[in-house]
Amino acid sequence: MRRLWIGLTYLVFFVLIAAPLGRMTMGAFSEGWSGFWNALTRPEALHALLMTGYVVVVVTLLNTLFGIMTALYLVRANWLGRRLKSLLNSIVDLPYAVSPVIGGLMIVLLLGPDSALGALFEQIGVKIVYAFPGMVIATLFVTFPLMVREVMPVLQEIGSQQEEAASTLGAYGWTTFWKVTWPSIRWAVIYGVILTVARSLGEFGAVLVVSGNIMNRTQTATTLVYQDVENFNVTAAGGIALVLAAFSAGLLLLMEWSKRRKGGH
Amino acid sequence: MNSLIRHKGWTWGFRSTVVLYFVILIVLPILGVYYNSFSSGLGSFTESVSDPIAWKSVLLTLKLAVIAAITNVLLGTMIAWVLIRYKFRGRALLNSLVDLPFALPTAVGGLMILLLLGPGSLIGGLAESLGFTIVFHQPAIVIAMVFVTFPFVIRAVQPLLEELDASEEEAAYTMGAKPSRVFFQVILPSMAPGMIGGGMLAFSRALAEFGAVVLVAGNIPGRTLVSSVYIFGEVESDNPAGAAAVSIILLTLSFLILWLISLMQMRGRRS
Repeated sequence: MRRLWIGLTYLVFFVLIAAPLGRMTMGAFSEGWSGFWNALTRPEALHALLMTGYVVVVVTLLNTLFGIMTALYLVRANWLGRRLKSLLNSIVDLPYAVSPVIGGLMIVLLLGPDSALGALFEQIGVKIVYAFPGMVIATLFVTFPLMVREVMPVLQEIGSQQEEAASTLGAYGWTTFWKVTWPSIRWAVIYGVILTVARSLGEFGAVLVVSGNIMNRTQTATTLVYQDVENFNVTAAGGIALVLAAFSAGLLLLMEWSKRRKGGH
Repeated sequence: MNSLIRHKGWTWGFRSTVVLYFVILIVLPILGVYYNSFSSGLGSFTESVSDPIAWKSVLLTLKLAVIAAITNVLLGTMIAWVLIRYKFRGRALLNSLVDLPFALPTAVGGLMILLLLGPGSLIGGLAESLGFTIVFHQPAIVIAMVFVTFPFVIRAVQPLLEELDASEEEAAYTMGAKPSRVFFQVILPSMAPGMIGGGMLAFSRALAEFGAVVLVAGNIPGRTLVSSVYIFGEVESDNPAGAAAVSIILLTLSFLILWLISLMQMRGRRS
């Protein structure tokens, strides 16, 4: 009985994860090292990887900052009514329920060239949709809940007693945050950062809709994979995908490590 | 520095920035889609939705997402059980591999399935000689959905199994219950909330899935065109109204599921 179940589990993991991963690696190296290397050093591939890097950095910075602040306000703020707080709290999760394509569509509808806001921005010479800002906004939308949801439970757990004690002793808001709050939420924040990086690295649907997937301009690594597949250039797609997969696996390892640290804290 | 930050203006500045960020980034876009699809009246909405390609894509997505969710409830419960109850070689490795589908970009997941099962591959060729194709047909979409939603049920059931008091099981055995009865009357009921909750999450994620599906689905209207791919096509062919109409059907469904899950969690916490 025991053997059967363990064997079945191994089988599922092999079929669903190991075999596809192995097959993709083979695909990437189907023309040897040089094929893999060429796929990565194509000008459009370098540009796409760079673009992904930019998006990841900007999105992670913004969402870390605003995610921590939103979490703080949602847990601690007295200036928000209880009702309003619980409403905002459920709104935080909405991006989880929204299909990435729909997330992209929302931004095109709201800020696209045909919309009032988009036309306004176009007049002052800022292009949002089919350009970098739109891609950042789309990824921000998709990754927004991650940081908030990591930090909020920790804040709830530690309670506000220590913070109140600190401010009674005369510490100002900023000092209280750095000396009292930050040390206890630190690992949750790091975990949230890793999650945000992983998610924005791999974001595809929303970015594809918003960016228009213009080669050497708004193409990211994931949308390049898509285009390569559409062009039946499987080796090239496999090369880029392998790099992305390696990054994700690295982030997964980091996640395990920080989870252990977070648990030990 | 401190006196600067203590200033009331700063506090208000911070507060309004965060609230604005929240409203502009999350609330406004969602309202925008609803507004957009009803802006030219209910007539144009029903017209967009009653396009057979549109409603067939929604039905197809529902059907395939249900199949994927049920598959994951069965596989996920089994894997959660094995990973918690048995000690064996490679258990820790498998346990970390569970999260891999979350960490991998969905487009990469799609490409992996395409390469593994596609024409010209070993399995694809085998299936073809048996007279059916996997990739670009419905089975491939289900496999892509199962892959992407793989961790949900496992991660929902595992903590419940860990918490399950061993003495309850032992008591049942001592009173002479057969293993199958213990399973159905003691173990299964305690896993059920995780199976249902994880299954619903998997279902809503499968409904929304795009990256993995677009690469392996044939996108034949009515047969292999799922809603998210349909929406993408409508955006590409410059028909945002049609895209918005199907979007709000999907969105409303997903919101309902999300609401149900939070309702269940609240009731679970109270009891």
